[in-house]
Amino acid sequence: MKRLHLPLLILALAAVSLGIFQHKARNLGFPLLPAQTTDNWIVEARVAFEPTGGAVTARFLIPHQPPGFALLDEHFVSRDYGLTTGMTGDNREAIWTTRSPRGRQVVYYRTTVYEITRSLRPSEEYPGPADIPQLEEPYASAASAIVERVRERSADITSFATVLVRDMAHAPDENLALFVTRGGDERERVRAAIQLLAGARIPARMTHGLHLTDRARDLQPRTWLEVHNTREWVPINPADGSVGYPANFLVWWYGDQDPLELSRARNAQVSFAVTRNFQSAVDAAQQRALLLDSRIADFSLLGLPIQTQNMYRVLLMVPVGAMIIVLLRNVVGFQTFGTFMPVLIALSFRETELLGGVILFTLIVSLGLAIRFYLEHLKLLLVPRLAAVVIVVVMLMLMLSIVSHHLGIEHGLAVALFPMVILAMTIERMSIVWEEHGAADAIRQGVGSMGAAIVGYLLMINPYLEHLIFVFPELLLLVLAVTLLLGRYTGYRLSELIRFRALSGRSGP
Amino acid sequence: MKWFITPRELRRLGIVGMNQRNTGMIARLNHRRNYPLVDDKLLTKKLALDAGIAVPELYGVIETNHDARHLPDLIAGHEDFVIKPAHGSGGNGILVITGRMGERFRKASGLLEEIDSLEHHVSNILSGMYSLGGQPDKAMIEYRVKFDPLFADVSFQGVPDIRTVVYRGYPAMAMVRLPTRGSDGKANLHQGAVGAGIDIATGVTGHGVWHNDIVERHPDTGAAIAGIAIPGWDRLLELAAGCYELTELGYLGVDVVLDRDLGPLILELNARPGLAVQIANGVGLSTRIDRIEAQKPKNPPSPAERAAFVQALIGAEPGVRS
Repeated sequence: MKRLHLPLLILALAAVSLGIFQHKARNLGFPLLPAQTTDNWIVEARVAFEPTGGAVTARFLIPHQPPGFALLDEHFVSRDYGLTTGMTGDNREAIWTTRSPRGRQVVYYRTTVYEITRSLRPSEEYPGPADIPQLEEPYASAASAIVERVRERSADITSFATVLVRDMAHAPDENLALFVTRGGDERERVRAAIQLLAGARIPARMTHGLHLTDRARDLQPRTWLEVHNTREWVPINPADGSVGYPANFLVWWYGDQDPLELSRARNAQVSFAVTRNFQSAVDAAQQRALLLDSRIADFSLLGLPIQTQNMYRVLLMVPVGAMIIVLLRNVVGFQTFGTFMPVLIALSFRETELLGGVILFTLIVSLGLAIRFYLEHLKLLLVPRLAAVVIVVVMLMLMLSIVSHHLGIEHGLAVALFPMVILAMTIERMSIVWEEHGAADAIRQGVGSMGAAIVGYLLMINPYLEHLIFVFPELLLLVLAVTLLLGRYTGYRLSELIRFRALSGRSGP
Repeated sequence: MKWFITPRELRRLGIVGMNQRNTGMIARLNHRRNYPLVDDKLLTKKLALDAGIAVPELYGVIETNHDARHLPDLIAGHEDFVIKPAHGSGGNGILVITGRMGERFRKASGLLEEIDSLEHHVSNILSGMYSLGGQPDKAMIEYRVKFDPLFADVSFQGVPDIRTVVYRGYPAMAMVRLPTRGSDGKANLHQGAVGAGIDIATGVTGHGVWHNDIVERHPDTGAAIAGIAIPGWDRLLELAAGCYELTELGYLGVDVVLDRDLGPLILELNARPGLAVQIANGVGLSTRIDRIEAQKPKNPPSPAERAAFVQALIGAEPGVRS
């Protein structure tokens, strides 16, 4: 058990991390890449009517969990109207009521929908085989002849419906001609198909939806056919029998009915308008998570104030930097001043850019070292000497800023944010190593620290990595797992392959 | 010579790497609570004296900056001495005074220093400049070892010492560390000293390693390093093995100096001995350790028996003598 403890812990951490990550990326649609935008569609339904006197009730069907889409938000624009929404059968409806309206009335329903890969709609149960419709002759025998003919050429419910619809669209024989009138609209054809499918005891229903296109006005709802294959409703294109909804098809309501039902009003007019809207993918995912009532979004950093968010954007990269240091020290074999000083140096490079940072760092540390060696002559106690170095470092930074400003170099100004205590400590440590181990060692460690800082910096400013960690902070658990894993690395460091090179070619034991 | 060695070859030779040393040896065999015994050189000295193990004589201890005024009193009557931090590591902060010249003191390098320079050094030690983690420290003033002329030809100033790596009480591997001009009189390999492997069975030196390269001659004196027989080797090994009882550290570095008059003295103990001893001997530590583990006697034997056991074991080793 003791031996398995760490591997199990690492596995658990990695599993939790990747599990949440996968859920957020796939189900909630958090973007994997920075600056991603997603397509939103803003769909507006305009409902107009003329009251005939007295209290008016307008019942309007609105989308409910449409397949392939998620509703991000919805607005009801209607002055002086009472509004309730509720379910009626398969549909959701908005009910506007008002006492005594005057003149032509217009109410709006506006919703923002977003495409998703997974349907939010729970799969509906099989409603049971359809009742065979009672038809008169010659329709009854024609219907059974059609069912017979189609059944010969189909394998299952879906293909039955496909074949039937295709026959109706392309090659109506005399039997089908009884049901399909030439020049009839989609709705009639779907209605006939439902009747014929019922003859084969297949439950079918009509759906209506909008084919979303950008900046479309007066969009006409299209009628579609759905058959239940005992597991789920399968959409069938009534025009050619193909299976599934086309892209950007938003199902609005179900059933053979009009979307608007009025009492004490006439001249009803319903029109749909669509615009496409680009939204930051992160915002969209966040909104969606709220709609799905996902607990995970509550722990997101995106809810924090922007100031705090920006701070965490930087801060969350520190663990990544720390892991890099572990890699560089224990696997590669870098020698650095202090364990995590390179991470802090790398953080300060964010302010100064790489080249400017390296030059400034080298400049200040070498100047500071010179002054530190001078202070050594004064024979001061350790803490006052460190304080003196800090003071000198601040003054050096001030001077560099002023000089570089006069020279018109912008980088010099950013140096003020350089952590001066870090610089002072680096100078102190470096001077001790210099005295005790010689210049070669001090420079080697200085170069090692700088190298580690540069590697850390390059990773920490990587926009993809920053975005990933910020949007998916659970990945830090993975970083932790990798770090723990490296904690058990007992193999050779790369630098040791060089260190022990003198032994190469020796005969073993 | 290639500029690198493959991991496969290192594994075949049984070379212990830094990571393996830290987890497999130090973390496994050395209990944290025993560290103070070796990290505090004052404590080590006291333990060694109690156990009857020879160490350099302590002239005095300075614990506060206030006491630093007493430095002249402590060194009065001693022509030469060593100032070192009680919690120093890697040989840092050790100041060796080889003699006096009027009011001034001569360092090992030959440079002369004033008394206030010595006091500043003491104050640096006290403020924790050389101690692990930078905690306040104590300064020790002790006997300067007059080293045995045995290694005079192969060292440049400073004190050559003999580092023995003791594995669970068994002296597994040893080398002599020879100061060079580059190491400034210090006997630490990473500071530029030469390490020369010692045949555990006979106490005769082999080739040296300098800056991770194999050398046959001392870089400053030019004298051949190999073939020097260390007198009283059996006794020295027994001394080193005995330090296991002192500290209970399973992976221990014992640094012994050979004094002209007093014989072998334990200079210091190290709970994190380095790995260069493997290059100096041309043998991997884990190879040695595996053989010791496989054949060591069941009942815990005395230090002398352990030393003799390893000598017999290595003496029978075919062909890998350096």
